Formats: sequence, structure tokens, C-alpha cells
Amino acid sequence: MATHTGGLTLEKAVEVRGLTRKYDDRAVLDNLDLSIKPGEFVALLGKSGSGKSTLLRALAGLDYDVVGEGDLVVPANVSVVFQDSRLLPWARVLDNVVLGLRNADERGRESLAEVGLAGRENAWPTELSGGEQQRVALARSLVREPALLLADEPFGALDALTRLRMHVLLRKLCAAHQPAVLLVTHDVDESIVLADRVIVLDEGRIVAEEPIELAEPRSPADPGFAALRSRLLDALGVSL
Amino acid sequence: MTQLATLPGIRTHRPVVQPVRRRRRLGPGKQIKLGAAIGPVLLLIAWSIGSATGWLDPRVLSAPWTVVTTTGDLIADGRLQSNLLTSAQRAFAGLGLGILLGTVLALLSGLSRLGEAVLDGPIQIKRAIPSLALLPLLILWLGIGESMKITTITLGVFVPIYIHTHNGLRAIDSRYVELAETVGLSRWEFIRRVVLPGALPGFLLGLRFAVTSAWLSLVVVEQINSTSGIGYMMELARTYGQTDIIIVGLVLYGALGLLSDGAVRLIQRRALSWRRTLAD
Repeated sequence: MATHTGGLTLEKAVEVRGLTRKYDDRAVLDNLDLSIKPGEFVALLGKSGSGKSTLLRALAGLDYDVVGEGDLVVPANVSVVFQDSRLLPWARVLDNVVLGLRNADERGRESLAEVGLAGRENAWPTELSGGEQQRVALARSLVREPALLLADEPFGALDALTRLRMHVLLRKLCAAHQPAVLLVTHDVDESIVLADRVIVLDEGRIVAEEPIELAEPRSPADPGFAALRSRLLDALGVSL
Repeated sequence: MTQLATLPGIRTHRPVVQPVRRRRRLGPGKQIKLGAAIGPVLLLIAWSIGSATGWLDPRVLSAPWTVVTTTGDLIADGRLQSNLLTSAQRAFAGLGLGILLGTVLALLSGLSRLGEAVLDGPIQIKRAIPSLALLPLLILWLGIGESMKITTITLGVFVPIYIHTHNGLRAIDSRYVELAETVGLSRWEFIRRVVLPGALPGFLLGLRFAVTSAWLSLVVVEQINSTSGIGYMMELARTYGQTDIIIVGLVLYGALGLLSDGAVRLIQRRALSWRRTLAD
């Protein structure tokens, strides 16, 4: 069973030991070990069905009725960004940001300003574009000052240009707030641009791990970028 | 080679004239100003013509102007106001109790499996029995006084409130439940922030049915041994063959029904302004 303890050691934000998750006797996560340092940005790559969402849901405490074992230590303060912005359509933008928080309107406003949506506090979510909705979702996560930010393909539903802008924004926000981040994605370039370390998951096991030590700003024109990308694609079983 | 462009008399450039604001192709069309009034006004005109030409016997149906003068007389001697007040009090008491009962039952049954197991069955059975069929039993239990009247209205009101609120509640996307868990909402906050607003469209739809049902039950209970109310006024008029007073009562019931439905729709528009629908 997963154990969520608030106890957080200084060296580790996330500590996973021997995590196994099974659906119908098929192991989706197979004796997996993973640790993430405070403030570290880890991207998790994998094909569909590789278990990456299962791992994220296990860390978020959203895996019910799942058979499994292993040890799991995550901080008490975890925020999740989903693929859809998941804003309550009946609550205005600011109320969505501070959902569940008390006397947090001022912090909510600051958080909205941080994601470039100052002045939209009283808009309805349906009045915003897809990119703006996802920025509200980011503000909702960051206003809680999480020690761990879990993001499940947060930019998957956005168009390519908006996605690039969101990458810049997310890097800026992470630099300012310093949460540990686990970003699940299937976009290799996105993982290289954003992460400190990229992990490739296949059939519930980590099959590759690459620290990213590229010069800033990271550019696909960098030969190191191309080499990294081809190694990661290789690990994903895509041969070019 | 395009010879066409050089030929005289043939336009190569067709100016496109389009209204700036286009209507949704699959929408119901443009809003008609005062559209809701057109039907009733046509009906009134037909009635007036029928009475003026003598085609409508006043013993069968009084003329519109007779109804107006009778209304004036009834107001002048205060009968209309006092009967209206009594009827409105009954309707609102029953409506209020029914709304409360329906909402609480819908929450109990929607938020817990045990609640659903215990409550949903009996309410579905109650739903299959017309409220007015319970009248003989209610008269035996409660007599013919106010409590029987209000109970009958309440029993008619709570069912649509329950059905639609429960349905709206169960239709709330499970993704929002997941969100509520990740942001750590307490059960009460979850009900207040997610469940109630999520079930509101269903509740308001139920409210429209409930209001109609409240007036319907009112008509029936007021004609059973009442000594006050619009229904009593009409029953009395029947014994003296005063069709004009009966019509006044009917118009009153109609006006009350329309007014209250309009009020609910206004609430609906205000409360659900976050929704974008086909009619927008």
C-alpha cells in the first residue's frame, strides 16, 4: 500500500522504493525506484501504457482500488496540474485559483499576475482561451506553494505556439518557487527544454535516465540537444 | 490563360456582402422582441371578437370586459386580495417545505450509497403515485384543514426537486471530484464549492416543475371544503353560475403560474450565467 507521510527529509522531496502497481495481474509499475531532490525538475517520458500516468497518480494519492506495494514518501504539500485545466466552470477565475484556501484572495491575485492574467480575476473560465485556462490551473497549483508539483501532460491539449510560451512561463515559475517537479510528457523536446533530468519509462521500469546539462538558453540547434534527443528517442523505441 | 478577365461585361470581382454579426447556423434563430406575449394576445383578440359578435354566450363564457369590471368589483370589496393572499400563503408554504425536503433528500441520496439505498426506492414509488391520489388518505390523517392542504402541495413539490437535483448531482464530472481531493477540500467545502453549484442546473429545472405542481395541487385542495382562497371563490361562483368570477380565478391562477415560472427562469439566468448554451 502507498504510504503518504508528511515527513520530508532535506535531501529528498520524493522517495519511491519498490513501487509495484497492477491492473488485472499485469504490472503497470514494476518494482520501481525513484527519488527527486527538492527543487529538481524531472521529466518522465514514455509511450502510452508505459505506466507514467500511473506513477504520477500514485504520487498524487489518486490511485484507489489498485493492487500494489512499495514505499512512497512524498511531501505533505503536493499540487497537481492535469492535462485539462479542470477549472470549475461555475466559479470565477480567482475563486478557482484559491479553491479550498482561506483568506487567500490577495495571494491568488498575485499568483494570477505571475501567470500574466492580472485583471481577469472575475472572468468565467469559459471566457478564457485554452492556454489561459491552463495558466489559471498553474496559478491554482503555485498559490499553494507546493513542495512537489505533479504535472500530467499539462500542455498536451495546447497548440504548438501556446505550448512554447507555456514552457518559458513554467521555467520562470519553477525558478521563482523552487518546487520539485515531476512532469509527465510524451514530447521529447519539451522534456529536454524543461527538465534537469529526463527519465524514460517502459513497461513499468525505468529504461533510461539522462541528466540535462545543456547551456542556457537550451536550443534545438545545439548539437548536444540533438544527441540527447536521439538517445531518448532510442530509449523510447523510435528509430530515426 | 484567363481570357475571362479581359472580356467586357463579366465581373471578375464579386463583392461579398455579409452582415458583420452572423447568426449561429444551427441555433434557433433571432430573439423576437416580446415574443412570449404574441400567443396570449392572439387568444385574447379571438375571445373579444367572439364576445362582441355574440358568438360566445355570456352564460358559457363572460366577455373579457365583464371579467375586467368583475375584477374591479372584487378588488373594491377586498375579496380578491384576501383570497389571493390565502392561496399564495398556502402555495409558498408548500413550495418552501417541498424544496427543502427535496433538496435534503437529494443530497443524502446523492452523496452516500447508504442514503441512496434507503431513500431512492421509496421516492421512486411515491413518484409513481399521483400526489392527488393520496388525498383520501391525507384527509383521513390530517383532516380538511390547512395542514392537509400544505402537506399535499409539499408532497407534489418535493418529487421533481428530488429527481432533478439528484440527477444533476450524479452527473457532476468525476474529474472535479478528483480535483477537490488534490486541493484537499473538506467534505463540507466539497459540497459547497462543487456539489451544490454543479447540481444547480438540475435543481432549477426541478424548481420549474415544482412551481407548476404547487399551483396544480393548490387548485385541487382549495376546492375541498375550503372557506377561503381563489379555489373557494371559484367554487362559490359555480354554485351561483357566475362565469365571470370563475374566469377571474382562472386568470389569476394563470397569472400566478406564469409569474412564478418567469421568476424561476430569471433566477436560472442569473445563477447559471457561467453556462454557454445553444440559445446564447
